[in-house]
Amino acid sequence: MMLTLVGVSEGMLRDQESRTRGVGADIIIRPSGSSVIGIAPPNIREKLVAWAAEQPHVVQATGVVIYPLGGISTVHGVDFDELTKMGGGFTFLSGRSFQSGQEAIIDEYFAREKKLKVGSTINLLNRDWIVSGVFRGGKLTRMMLPRKVLQDVTATTDKVSVIYVKLDDPSYTSEVIAHLKMTLTDYPIYSMDELASQFSVNSVPELKTFIGVVVTLSVLFGFLVVFLAMYTAILERTREIGILKALGAGQGYVLGILLRETILLAVIGSATGIGMSYVTKWMIATFIPATMTQAIVYHWWPISSAITLAGALLGVFYPAIKAARQDALESLSYD
Amino acid sequence: MTEPIIGIRDLRKTFRSGEVDVHALRGVDLAVERGEFLAVVGPSGSGKSTLFHILGGLTPPTSGTVLIDGQDLMKMSDGDRTKLRMKSVGFVFQKYNLLPTLTVGDNIEIARDIAGVKGPLNKQFVEVLEVLGISDKMARKPRQLSGGEQQRVAIARSIVNGPAILMADEPTGNLDTENSTAVLNLLRDLNKRLGQTILMITHNPEAAAFADRIVHMRDGQLHAA
Repeated sequence: MMLTLVGVSEGMLRDQESRTRGVGADIIIRPSGSSVIGIAPPNIREKLVAWAAEQPHVVQATGVVIYPLGGISTVHGVDFDELTKMGGGFTFLSGRSFQSGQEAIIDEYFAREKKLKVGSTINLLNRDWIVSGVFRGGKLTRMMLPRKVLQDVTATTDKVSVIYVKLDDPSYTSEVIAHLKMTLTDYPIYSMDELASQFSVNSVPELKTFIGVVVTLSVLFGFLVVFLAMYTAILERTREIGILKALGAGQGYVLGILLRETILLAVIGSATGIGMSYVTKWMIATFIPATMTQAIVYHWWPISSAITLAGALLGVFYPAIKAARQDALESLSYD
Repeated sequence: MTEPIIGIRDLRKTFRSGEVDVHALRGVDLAVERGEFLAVVGPSGSGKSTLFHILGGLTPPTSGTVLIDGQDLMKMSDGDRTKLRMKSVGFVFQKYNLLPTLTVGDNIEIARDIAGVKGPLNKQFVEVLEVLGISDKMARKPRQLSGGEQQRVAIARSIVNGPAILMADEPTGNLDTENSTAVLNLLRDLNKRLGQTILMITHNPEAAAFADRIVHMRDGQLHAA
């Protein structure tokens, strides 16, 4: 559970980072007052796109409208030609770009999850859209509409959510950001590298809290499972413990056996958890590839194993002490 | 004359049962010589099991003197009695008391492990396994053996660390006549072959007849046969 939830957190951030990089821009301008990641409201005046494009070392700027659909789903309004030019082009697995105000394009993952293909209809914003193309994933978002159309539908005419800026030479990124900030003083402006570095669990306080809760639950769960299992096992094995004591086993010997069994249980549990995280990864990739992405977070393997071991040792502590202190004669009489 | 391996003088054991004191042993005197096969015979409630538990270090005496292989039980802590069970006493119980999840080999090996004995089994013990007829059953689990075979495994386990005394509590109590005779013959054989001191508790006079000497227990006291 721990590895899957951490994997989903990491996976979704990495997926978002990868799609953001897929735009091909060097700089991103976000709305005033928005956080570094998260859904940006369409608050930027569209004429700033043209202004940005005229700045030194800027070869292209394009504005994108992002509209939330509920939960973590969004639809993006883009100028397809500008985005194609900036990112080096889209690869369509089937169909083509949108050519009318009723058409939408979707990525392969969204198409697979929702079982859509070219010609299918999707209902967004209380309107039906015809899928005109399915493109290879990794480009900005999963669903795109013509920018102008989305602006009209959502009453955000002449506004965009973010502006992507491409430079003639990426080595000028810092200089251009400094230059842009002189005019756009209230706007968060980041290099794409800087933005990418923010796509980590540490940059999202809610996610850190979430993972903290998951870890705490895992320790509690491990503790309870092992406690109950070992308590029951020790009751059932009272006579066996009596036999060991009759053979001369001291408290340390009995304690050692139970601790070794618990450690073995924790190791098997950890290995099973790692295996299960691959199973959930496959299930997510197969059944809900557009909604979630799960990564295999290798550096969490030792952490989750240590947490499992801690929970298990905590759980075995009382039953093991109780078993070690059992009276040999009473234990032998137990049926 | 050598010192007896078991020396008991005025041994008393009193249990508290609710608000009543139960005097299980009321002044027992006994000396068992090294290499002797002694049977303690008595009806249920005579105190023979209590004597067995005290001599085996499973419960402390209330008063008296009990010397086992030169060690005074009255002065022993719980830890000392654990060491006594590990080094000086081997048990054979009526219910065999083998660990059901372990194989025959592992049941014997765990007794060695507890005593901290490493390395291969000594030649003499390997011969004993042959005599007991279990050397070809080392990989089997107890549930795959008959009662007689399980008791023979228990006997092997009890002597694997070369204890000074083998204590058997109704070793034939769960066996049919044929297996009882076989087990008793084996105990007598071990006594003669290895010079193993054996103290056997039984209520069965026929079983007791295999011993060198029989003492009777009644109402918490011993009486010579």
